[in-house]
Amino acid sequence: MPDEREMRVSKIESGTVIDHIPGGQALNVLAILGIHGETGEVVSVGMNVPSDRLGRKDVVKVEGRELSQGEVDVLSLIAPAATINIIRDFDVVDKHRVSRPTEIFGVFECPNHNCISTEDEPVESHFEVLDDGVRCVYCDTIIREDLTAHILV
Amino acid sequence: MEVLDRASEFDADPSIASGRHEGTLLGTLFFEPSTRTKMSFTAAIKRLGGDVVDMGSVESSSVTKGESLADTVRVVEGYADALVVRHPSEGSARMASEFVDVPLINAGDGAGQHPTQTLLDLYTIRENAGLEDLTIGIMGDLKYGRTVHSLAYALTKFGAQQHFVSPESLKLPRNVRYDLHEAGADIREHTELADVLPSLDVLYVTRIQAERFPEESEYREVAGEYQIDAETLEVAKDHCRVLHPLPRVDEIAYDVDDTDHARYFEQAHNGVPVRMALLDLVLGGGA
Repeated sequence: MPDEREMRVSKIESGTVIDHIPGGQALNVLAILGIHGETGEVVSVGMNVPSDRLGRKDVVKVEGRELSQGEVDVLSLIAPAATINIIRDFDVVDKHRVSRPTEIFGVFECPNHNCISTEDEPVESHFEVLDDGVRCVYCDTIIREDLTAHILV
Repeated sequence: MEVLDRASEFDADPSIASGRHEGTLLGTLFFEPSTRTKMSFTAAIKRLGGDVVDMGSVESSSVTKGESLADTVRVVEGYADALVVRHPSEGSARMASEFVDVPLINAGDGAGQHPTQTLLDLYTIRENAGLEDLTIGIMGDLKYGRTVHSLAYALTKFGAQQHFVSPESLKLPRNVRYDLHEAGADIREHTELADVLPSLDVLYVTRIQAERFPEESEYREVAGEYQIDAETLEVAKDHCRVLHPLPRVDEIAYDVDDTDHARYFEQAHNGVPVRMALLDLVLGGGA
């Protein structure tokens, strides 16, 4: 019977490990990636794991799916220190950080209820990334605080 | 500036526009009421030798059957050489433009932008006060007034000193202030017109709408402070010009019409040559 510490760090055979997520943000990371129970992936979540670098961190392991740089870069907005580990046959074959994208599609909902992107039109939400927030390219509304409150569900 | 220069040419000699775009069809889609913008676009394309295919009222169109804006513009694109769209949602023109290959002109998107109004505002300012070393006061509903947002962006390019006068609750929206700061705009915000009126070359007045306030009494109290009459303007410079995108309700008293300050009807008339110039350029009018 493995102890709790062993369970937290147990390896996955293949997939993606997202490490160094700020404590408490793991579920938001999954929401941003569009990973929820109905998408079928085996997902392990460690929350508030002790970390030398962050004090407390979250870790997300997604089995059987290698997330691309484009998919994970959006995480830089809520987890700028996150590291992405691509796992094959229990080995880390690629490790990189997230970088700030210039645009984000289909992740955040525009908080302006009168924005055309919130209506029944065939467009994804589309935000330009600013130094300190994001801006809807349709109506120019800027979100600076509490980005996670605007994640599309 | 190219649009303004072309507008000046059409204004000076309307005959040069005649037949310039013979056979061209302009599709007009107004999902919100409009008098000036719609009629001046119609007049503009007709003076250029073209004609209009108009969607008509929303009530008489397929919009009532639930057709999306994206589908509507894709359909009308097949009937016209350029489209003009006014819609109550912010960002509507930008989104619509992603679905068509013909030029699409934003004729007002909710509380967002009204760029063709800005072109005629600039034209009127240039004709009356010049665009260099301009000190302008912009007063009224700065939060929801789309003409104000577009005008502020444009005036920033000319280095104008911009004084924004409004009640606290109707100050410029955050995104507009952000952009103006990023662009290095010279802006100041006030709640009292008297603080700045004597220094202005142009006073641009906009309507404060009652529906923006939870209580009518609150609206009346606030709106009253942002109305001007001939007496208000006694402290203004002689050459200070008063503009308004119209329609006005009571924010400019009728007695201002008789003063040399009033330029809002001239401003409305300028909608035709300016929109002629814009259409000429987007339809490939050349030099």
